[in-house]
Amino acid sequence: MTKKILTVDDSRTMRDMLKHALCDAGYEVVQAEDGVEGLEALEREGADVVITDINMPRLDGFGLIEGIRANPVYRGLPILVLTTESSGEKKVRAKEAGATGWIIKPFDPIKLIDVVRRVSG
Amino acid sequence: MPHHLSNPEASQHELMAFMAGDQEFCVDIMAIREIRGWSSATPLPKTPGYMKGVINLRGTILPILDLSARIGLGMCDPSGRNVIMVVQIGNRSVGLLVGAVSEIIMVNTMDIQPAPEVALEDMRGLITGIIPVGQRLLSLLDVNLLLPETEVEAA
Amino acid sequence: MSADDPFEAIKQTFFLECEELLTDLETNVTALTFGDGDGEAINAAFRAVHSIKGGAGAFGLEELVRFAHVFETFMDELRSGRKPCDDQAVRAMLHASDVLADHISFARGLIPAMDEERSNTVINDLRELIHGGSVSTTPDNDPDPTDPSLEAFDFKPVMFDFGALPLDSKTETAADGWIIEFKPHFRLYETGNEPSLLLRELARLGPTSVTIDTSELPVLSNLPEAGSYLKWVVELQAPLDRHAITEIFEFVDSECDLNLTPIGGLTSGLAGVQETSSVPVDTVDIAALLAAVSEDGAKPVPAGAAPALAEQADSLVPSVAVSNDTPKTVTAPAGGAKQVAATQASIRVDLDRIDKLINVVGELVIQQAMLAQSVTECGLTVDSSVKLGLDDLELLSREIQDSVMAIRAQPVKSVFQRMPRLVREVAEMTGKSVRLVTEGEGTEVDKTVVDRLAEPITHMIRNAIDHGLEDAQGRMEAGKSKEGTIKLAALHRSGHIVIEVSDDGRGINRERVRKIAVERGLIAHDANLTNEETDNLIFLPGFSTADAVSDISGRGVGMDVVRRSIQQLGGRISIASQPGKGSVFTMSLPLTLAVQDGMVVRSGGQTLLAPLTAVIESFTPKVGDLHRIGSGDWVIRFRDRFLPLINIARILGFEEADKSEVDDIQGIAIVVENEAGSQAALWVDTIQGQRQVVIKSLESNYRKVVGISAATILGDGRVALILDVDALIALGRQQANHVNFKLAS
Repeated sequence: MTKKILTVDDSRTMRDMLKHALCDAGYEVVQAEDGVEGLEALEREGADVVITDINMPRLDGFGLIEGIRANPVYRGLPILVLTTESSGEKKVRAKEAGATGWIIKPFDPIKLIDVVRRVSG
Repeated sequence: MPHHLSNPEASQHELMAFMAGDQEFCVDIMAIREIRGWSSATPLPKTPGYMKGVINLRGTILPILDLSARIGLGMCDPSGRNVIMVVQIGNRSVGLLVGAVSEIIMVNTMDIQPAPEVALEDMRGLITGIIPVGQRLLSLLDVNLLLPETEVEAA
Repeated sequence: MSADDPFEAIKQTFFLECEELLTDLETNVTALTFGDGDGEAINAAFRAVHSIKGGAGAFGLEELVRFAHVFETFMDELRSGRKPCDDQAVRAMLHASDVLADHISFARGLIPAMDEERSNTVINDLRELIHGGSVSTTPDNDPDPTDPSLEAFDFKPVMFDFGALPLDSKTETAADGWIIEFKPHFRLYETGNEPSLLLRELARLGPTSVTIDTSELPVLSNLPEAGSYLKWVVELQAPLDRHAITEIFEFVDSECDLNLTPIGGLTSGLAGVQETSSVPVDTVDIAALLAAVSEDGAKPVPAGAAPALAEQADSLVPSVAVSNDTPKTVTAPAGGAKQVAATQASIRVDLDRIDKLINVVGELVIQQAMLAQSVTECGLTVDSSVKLGLDDLELLSREIQDSVMAIRAQPVKSVFQRMPRLVREVAEMTGKSVRLVTEGEGTEVDKTVVDRLAEPITHMIRNAIDHGLEDAQGRMEAGKSKEGTIKLAALHRSGHIVIEVSDDGRGINRERVRKIAVERGLIAHDANLTNEETDNLIFLPGFSTADAVSDISGRGVGMDVVRRSIQQLGGRISIASQPGKGSVFTMSLPLTLAVQDGMVVRSGGQTLLAPLTAVIESFTPKVGDLHRIGSGDWVIRFRDRFLPLINIARILGFEEADKSEVDDIQGIAIVVENEAGSQAALWVDTIQGQRQVVIKSLESNYRKVVGISAATILGDGRVALILDVDALIALGRQQANHVNFKLAS
């Protein structure tokens, strides 16, 4: 069955790039523009993997992850954060919030797919 | 080289034959978008005599050229049997007022002979070849060259 | 460049998004300027630059990334409160926003070259502010965020801890393979990682044999709610570099115990290191990393979970594990979200799709009208059901048309927001102190009109600052405040949008304007002009020349060009000025470029439209109103003046010129005015009424036709031409108009 990926990013460019890479690899993509929309989309459509940006209006990536993890249903849901940070600070904060892993922007589509596959089987 | 001859692989050409003035012409069928009956055009001021004016083609303004006048065979007085051949010239659509459309013919690249240099001045350059079909002689027309003034305008 | 290339398409999306992000940035930084920015303003500004940087990185726009990175770093200092958001900081942000915009324009190919010097100056200024002025100003010192080597940053501090080892000793390749001991912490499961997937990844590297150590697993009856008790030992038979394995555990290295032991010794780099010593290396690695990257450290790891029992426990664990660990509410943000979403709900739609819809709806309206006409011609009675149904259809199609037009309506805000930068730049160049006040930026107008407003507004503002405002000295002498004010306002007025650019400067110097106009032969030296007419001379072609237009306001473009561009939009521009007090430029534009109000006239057997914006009055002349001047031109009396009379049928060639001697023409005069204020009367046979028409281009399939601005389709499906009043007035001047007129008695 086709896996569904929820991408959450306030940048249309980034959403388009994610969508293009993921759809090319045969994933179904659901998009959201910020954390709040992300939570709504997850409730509405479900997802096998969530990929989220960190800096977003209304509800940022950390808040989104905490919100998702707060719901028992999504305890094992893989969540990847997109970060341009080369330092570990953002990664550690994301980890604390409950992120599964991370993708460094700018990403290579092949690497992106590899990471998604690694966390989702 | 006219676009309809640009592909050496496709040696077969599908051409639409029609009358203009008292002569037979044909154009590459790929250039034709549709063929419709004559409806009177709104004349445009300050345009060459062969410009019949413009008509409404499903919401767009379509200029109509009197092909016979354009190639120096005299003005056409349109009647019920005349038709408008809508052709694509670059990114423009243009209607050509012609006499009755006769048939679609298939010809080989080899059957197309170079145009002799005897044509009327107005016709020169527009005819890219001639095709003998039995007793008939069809002139192959390159529609891309029919609107020289638009190119000047665009430049 | 191919539109089919998805990468190129996304890049274009990126540039479009950049425009929006720059606007956001500008708005928020401007808010900070006026001190009314709250914490959210700096956050939003940061996000905008961050998004630009992210996208730019994806497209390899290195210069843009480099600049955005420094800018972003600076704003991060501000939003964290480490640096004060004072005047100096705001000014630096304003400059940085401008340079960032230039970087984007350059990357987009919109400007030929980048002002490297300015960019570097701004970078250095930002760096000095970031580091408190104590740092080297060499741009290359900053770590390049796109440098892929930085992704491996996590491992670097650890390597330095083993300072005795050369850096390249990182390549530790085991001769025959590795023994991997892997014990997940409970946290590993909480973050959505899955041991089985990690083991599968290991298996991809080479042949593995896996044993599971369940010795720590409590008996089921004693099993706590949540914990991790399993440990795997994997023997991986492949001569791999250590890094190939640690990479798999990259995401979980703080959430598990991981020991790697080489089988058959290491083959390179670390010959002197004991095999066993590599075990503590990794232990230290994780601990050191945690210490390095997190001050408060990771949460104490729970006792561990029971993954092997995951299948059985799945139904059991979640309900309990979560309820005590993370009792945070997921409902609160979701509920709040719905509320916000309800007020902000919007979708992005390709403009092409809307245009397509507008075209189709336009055709629908025409078809409907054609149908109605045919029905009328059938002679059906007014109360027949067909007729009544058609009336309803007409209402519906008009409503659809209005609704569709409203989709394209956009506030002029996006254009207004670009102006503060312009004002700053021009103010700096002229050395004047200028305040910009905007009003009515929420005023909506068709998207195509919005897009084309920027240029004329830019010209008018430049002109106002450069020519309108006095310098500080001049203002003081005139008893005004040192700071000049430019006001930019938008409002709706009778189906049009009106844009006003006013200044509180010196006003138009009428004497000088008059002198220039006479010198350039635009008016007779003894012309009797009202003040208003004199002011509007500045719009005449040929009025502004290189020496009259300074570098700033003109950039080689005179006000006549501004006027023409507004005319092309179907609008008009005028100026009102009060000497010593200031000037107001007013431009009035249709709300959409797709429709136009026209007067339907008949002339020479043709139906034509005269644009209502140009029409002043129409009247049937009386005896004595028409006069011939010399042997040719006719003039008509209108309010005590004589205007040139232009016979439409003749000038457009719908009637033979030699008919002119026949003295049998009857008609109506329509007084029109071109944008320069010149008036003339158009002579037509009849007026059939007024209507709004959808404008159709002649150029899309043909070309521009002299005297005609565009075409439209009337209710009967026929094409009618729309008159180009300016061109007709110009034609009328060129051509002698040898026509005799007969007056209606």
